[in-house]
Amino acid sequence: MEKQPKNFGFGEEEAMVKSSARKFFSDNCPIEKIHSQVANQEKNSSPGNGNWDRRLWEKMVEMGWPSLNVAESSGGVGMPLCAAVAIAEEAGRAAVPSPLIPTFCSSFVLNQCPGQAAEEALNQITQGTAVSLGITNSKGSSDPSQTETEIKGNKLYGATYYVQDAQKAEKIIVSAKGSSGTGLYLLDTQSKGVQIIPDLIVDLTRDQAHIIFDGAPCIELAKQTDGAAALSAALPAMLTIVSADMVGAGEWLLQTTAEYAKTRVQFDHPIGFFQAIKHPLVNVMIEIDKAKSLTYNAACSIDFKEDSAEVNARMAKAQASEMAVFSASRAVQFHGGIGFTWECFVHIFFKRQMHNQVLYGDAKHHRRILSDLCIGQIN
Amino acid sequence: MSGNEKQDTAEQSTFRAYCKDWLEKNHPGEPPVNLPLGALELSDIDALEWLQAWQKSAYEAGLIGCDYPKEYGGGALDDCQHIANQEMQRYKTPYLPNIIGMGMAAPTILFHGQEDIKKELLPKLLSGEEIWCQGFSEPGAGSDLANQQTTAVRDGDNWIINGHKIWTSLAHFAKWMILLCRTDKADKYNGLSYFVVPIKEAIGKGVTVKPLIKMTGETGFNEVIFDNLLVNDKYRLDEVGAGWKVAMTTLVHERGAGLVVTPASGGMEPKEDQGAQTQSVRALIDLAKKMPRNGKTAADDPLIRDELIKMMIRYEGFIQNQRRSRITELTDHPMRIPLQTKLVGTEMAQDLQKISYDIEGPASSLYVGDKNAPAKGQWPLAYMNSFGVTIAAGTNEVQRNILGERVLGLPKSK
Repeated sequence: MEKQPKNFGFGEEEAMVKSSARKFFSDNCPIEKIHSQVANQEKNSSPGNGNWDRRLWEKMVEMGWPSLNVAESSGGVGMPLCAAVAIAEEAGRAAVPSPLIPTFCSSFVLNQCPGQAAEEALNQITQGTAVSLGITNSKGSSDPSQTETEIKGNKLYGATYYVQDAQKAEKIIVSAKGSSGTGLYLLDTQSKGVQIIPDLIVDLTRDQAHIIFDGAPCIELAKQTDGAAALSAALPAMLTIVSADMVGAGEWLLQTTAEYAKTRVQFDHPIGFFQAIKHPLVNVMIEIDKAKSLTYNAACSIDFKEDSAEVNARMAKAQASEMAVFSASRAVQFHGGIGFTWECFVHIFFKRQMHNQVLYGDAKHHRRILSDLCIGQIN
Repeated sequence: MSGNEKQDTAEQSTFRAYCKDWLEKNHPGEPPVNLPLGALELSDIDALEWLQAWQKSAYEAGLIGCDYPKEYGGGALDDCQHIANQEMQRYKTPYLPNIIGMGMAAPTILFHGQEDIKKELLPKLLSGEEIWCQGFSEPGAGSDLANQQTTAVRDGDNWIINGHKIWTSLAHFAKWMILLCRTDKADKYNGLSYFVVPIKEAIGKGVTVKPLIKMTGETGFNEVIFDNLLVNDKYRLDEVGAGWKVAMTTLVHERGAGLVVTPASGGMEPKEDQGAQTQSVRALIDLAKKMPRNGKTAADDPLIRDELIKMMIRYEGFIQNQRRSRITELTDHPMRIPLQTKLVGTEMAQDLQKISYDIEGPASSLYVGDKNAPAKGQWPLAYMNSFGVTIAAGTNEVQRNILGERVLGLPKSK
């Protein structure tokens, strides 16, 4: 704790990034627009595909956001993780469909890979290349030793699952097993031998796919001896950025539901007058605040390379995941009948929260690992 | 730590060095008697007198009341009390006994008292020689504080007080009470007036102090009955009918959000059998590692482990909230976190202590005094006592109303 600055490293420049992100998303992605973009079909019949605004992503690239946490020596902006967290929080508040979050996560993995190939990939991110991660197997495990992709003669075989925003990404970082361990490899989504099969998912604000490889050409980012270590070193930042997205979405759900509770009248009072509504909304606020503080603490401890970074990031993800479910459920419930409909905006955020809370491990997964780290192994 | 010191003004920096030097030489050392966890639990006169001696020496050294004006017994420094508080905390000093006096009565007297009253009362309040208590709550005025039924009726230069106050911590030691009572039955909020009352000298002459026994079996607070007590009009604070406004000054300082920083020492490690081990997640984990369960320990039970980790996350979230609340760019509403502190902190402690029952199993039935009780029976005692703070200073249900209304802008509940 002593090494960390009291302000989480969140100085003037970081505050400027945050306020410009808030303004950018509120100018460009009002919820009415997002709703018509992602929920214009009568029912959720087709997997997410073209339901995003590529020009918006290009503007984010112009502002340097995807490479915010990439070193200046690699062509990035070189800002601390807390600045990226601030943007992810605002992106979550707007429920914006974009490859921003997976590209952030990919940049964290690339930051852990020494060598020219990773350097070039980071440079491509600064130019606007969207990247995602293929590190999860068909059973939902992101344990590098459990990957279902194989590397043979510089080509990839097998499959990877739960790839976020796969149809928006131009490159994928894949964990693949060889004779001496699990390495990391970069490939083009357009390459021969790469088949992207979109999943039909609940969340309307992103797409997801599993990818089948049949001799796909790739570039090595981390050797088979180093891939697992690179992934586990990148994990705390990935958990932190997803937590930030949930914090932002939670805040939208809270404020929108509070507004509704001020205007919807039943029994001669706005429903927010009744403590059956008021008190649980305060509880939602309390959970959001803890999640937010834990998230900024995690980012700061990662920036300052503290030993506590992993514990802090897992705490943030566990708390943010619980909060995500809670904020989403209370928002639907307190909107009453209208909250249950497709036309209401609440389900957009409900679905994003329910998606994020399981991404890279849900609350129970992280608490189980935390119990080993903080209490000790079970005897 | 160094962050605080970097922001010191020249005066603060000099004062901080002085505090360190004084504390280095004048720390009172280990108490000769058992102290309860906080001043509001004081029931033993020896413990009180030892703490009063500590307060007096710190006051005379200028560490207490340093921001108050000279003529009222203060040190006339500019924003230095928090410096003294930080240094006393760092030197792990005992707590101060006159906390109601300093935290509630003193700022109220300062902002609403007549000149001669301030001169008469504040010096001995700050020195701790005269202990204060608070007469706000009544049997029918708890969360609905303005429903005051204790009456003050004008009689020449005096007021005649009749009524019944309750939950009055420290009344058995107090020389003075801050008293809220009704001077006009026709107007709920504008019919209240605020007095400072010398209760000790009136015991048996219009004042009766009766100890209340808590659900734990311990004493701690009291009922105070007024039966035609005469109080001179000079002890009225502010105008007749302004009592509610004056009470808000008291309450805003009680909640730590007032203009005046309350003198506070503390940080001394309590002795092992004083309930210290019931206040942290680490203590609960240590307990779990000792308590047997299914041939292993409670710390090996996955369900208990999950409870422990949930608790750890809550504590860390609470700590990081305090850190974030000072960063304007990361807080949407300035009062959003400060107004949560009492609510979140007290419920967290209560739930922490509740988990001890899961960990101790049948042994949680053993109470203080039973030689087989784990941790000397302190966990069930702490759990029961935790309800004191989820109820006091505005129940947590009232706190949720305040948060919903002031921060989320929801309509006011009646």
